[in-house]
Amino acid sequence: MTVKQRKLDIKGGRVDLSHGSGGRAMNQLIAGLFHEAFGNEWLAKGNDQSAFAASGRLVMSTDGYVVSPIFFPGGDIGSLAVHGTINDLAMAGARPLYLSAGFIIEEGFALADLKRVADSMGAAARQANVPIITGDTKVVERGKADDLFITTTGVGAVPDGVDLSADKIRPGDRVLLSGTIGDHGVAVMSKRKNLSFETDIESDSAALHGLVAAMVAVGGLRAMRDPTRGGLAATLNEFAQASDIGFTIAEDSIPIRPAVAAACDLLGLDPLYVANEGKLVAIVEPAKAAAVLAAMRAHPLGRAAVIIGEATVDAHRFVQMTTSFGGGRVVDWLSGEQLPRIC
Amino acid sequence: MKHAEEYRDGRLARGLARQIAADARFENRYHFMEFCGGHTHAISRYGLEDLLPPNVRMIHGPGCPVCVLPVGRMDMAIGLAGRDGLTLCTYGDLMRVPGSGGASLIKAKAAGADIRMVYSVLDALAIAEAEPERQVVFFAIGFETTTPPTALAVKLAAAKRLSNFSIFCNHVLTPAAIQSILESPDVRALGRVTIDGFIGPAHVSTVIGSAPYTFFAEEFAKPVVIAGFEPLDVMQAILMLVHQVNDGRAEVENQYVRAVKPEGNERAKSDVADVFELRKSFEWRGLGLVPYSGLRLKNGYGAFDAERRFAMEDIRAADNPACECGAILRGVKKPQDCKLFGTVCTPEAPMGSCMVSAEGACAAHWTYGRFRDGRAA
Repeated sequence: MTVKQRKLDIKGGRVDLSHGSGGRAMNQLIAGLFHEAFGNEWLAKGNDQSAFAASGRLVMSTDGYVVSPIFFPGGDIGSLAVHGTINDLAMAGARPLYLSAGFIIEEGFALADLKRVADSMGAAARQANVPIITGDTKVVERGKADDLFITTTGVGAVPDGVDLSADKIRPGDRVLLSGTIGDHGVAVMSKRKNLSFETDIESDSAALHGLVAAMVAVGGLRAMRDPTRGGLAATLNEFAQASDIGFTIAEDSIPIRPAVAAACDLLGLDPLYVANEGKLVAIVEPAKAAAVLAAMRAHPLGRAAVIIGEATVDAHRFVQMTTSFGGGRVVDWLSGEQLPRIC
Repeated sequence: MKHAEEYRDGRLARGLARQIAADARFENRYHFMEFCGGHTHAISRYGLEDLLPPNVRMIHGPGCPVCVLPVGRMDMAIGLAGRDGLTLCTYGDLMRVPGSGGASLIKAKAAGADIRMVYSVLDALAIAEAEPERQVVFFAIGFETTTPPTALAVKLAAAKRLSNFSIFCNHVLTPAAIQSILESPDVRALGRVTIDGFIGPAHVSTVIGSAPYTFFAEEFAKPVVIAGFEPLDVMQAILMLVHQVNDGRAEVENQYVRAVKPEGNERAKSDVADVFELRKSFEWRGLGLVPYSGLRLKNGYGAFDAERRFAMEDIRAADNPACECGAILRGVKKPQDCKLFGTVCTPEAPMGSCMVSAEGACAAHWTYGRFRDGRAA
């Protein structure tokens, strides 16, 4: 006797607990939705794991994605989950190889939205040429998650002779920034409930490994990081702490879109602390700074790259900024969440 | 944002700085208090202190609503939030303000209290409408700028006959606090600083106008310049104050003419007058009990007063004895004079309220200015 199963109703259906139970419904969801979206030879084999060959120095990184709302101008939680982990690998100077993806889905989540996210992930992975080769799906009761959480893990290969690390920065090294700051955070906030405002700003979410490869080819890199949560300010403070140095940067040199500056003003935020998802900060030895900058500017994701300052000898590990007014200020760690001022 | 850029032009700022340096006579003292946290923030954020000559000193005033809220009122809010069936709606800035014994709203929330961060009193009103089974209380704080929206929300709630919405009112008045800094015996006993002029509030003055300051200028012979919150506004106001001191004038001048009218905003003032009345006195952190400085709901709107609805008892609690917030709020001490500053009191673990809000003198100095401390030593 054959059991006839109804087709996955992607248009009007919702995720229910059976989709995570390990039974036929789950199998249907994985095959019909995820494999369809990610389509590659590893997933087609239907194993609980995927085998691949690799050699040399490898890097591995993992990241959880809980962005709210899950769809925002310029991206969604799916493309973000692919770009974010690729970027974490790339910041070691590595060539990203493979990704895994874990989904925690809230009961009641629309299958159409899940398909939209999965398709977007698949497209991002294909465009980056980094396949998603294994994954996991869980469904939790309504209220135990918020729509959808995704965790991606990635492995990458580090080219011979490349060894980037936050603790390798020396005084005099230059600070390079690949473009405008604050775009992602403002794009997401513009769609937050109770906060929505009209703006043309789109998230800068992008995979940076191509840009990184061009920079690695020039050489002279000490450390790299993508300034996500906590923004540029957090990244520079992390570097200062790890290398026991300080930084001086110039406010006038930091590119910020006028619309991002306006939105930050409105919300009482400082763009230095707002998240980015397609930018990188590179610390480069002085002699190579100009050449690395030129390589960045020659790449589509680094056209607006600039040198914003340099590392200094500083026992306090302060990140100091010359303001556009000519005064000085500290650029401190972010404390708490950035919340609007009230008067 | 072209409009705002005009008020942040570095070249203009350096020009103003040169003029201040040229016009400030070396034999004179120019100690000016900026009342508002918004000005404190602009001064620190743009490093304006670096642009001023040594005898022009800015003293940070008590105009940060989070900072002047006394510990007792925080304790009352934390106690209220713990009640069954009650939702406390608050601005995010208040979440980390310490109450007695290390309690805070953020800890109460983690322990299970239903505390929700909102951006506006109208968000709280919407929650009350959406969840009629819960008692929704809005933790109202702030100066004259935030009072009109609260008044409006109370009027809306009355019109909609909402029985599950109320206000924990901590609205305070700017002129009363300035007067207290200048003359109150309490403050005199606590110690005060000589002030040669005031930068008057920006947003507050858009509501109350410039007229209420005339009294200080005349009675205490102190110049007042009302200024906007942009850094160039502040620089221009400082120059105007320097000129008043040089001329021996004590007038109310309005630098913020693009927004402030002498009479203020009549509509907002009348909404506030409909809903609120003066309390006989209200406790301010750092200033003690200040007569006629706080607002409460009028009897006609008494049903929306959380203090009455939930029979909340007044709590007066002592500050941490080592915390210098009081003296800092009066301008007597600088943040770096406090033993706790940067040691056990940081924005991550604030002991005093001045370290919580971005507009607080301690948080502003910690976040933007502390690199100067080593330089001075």
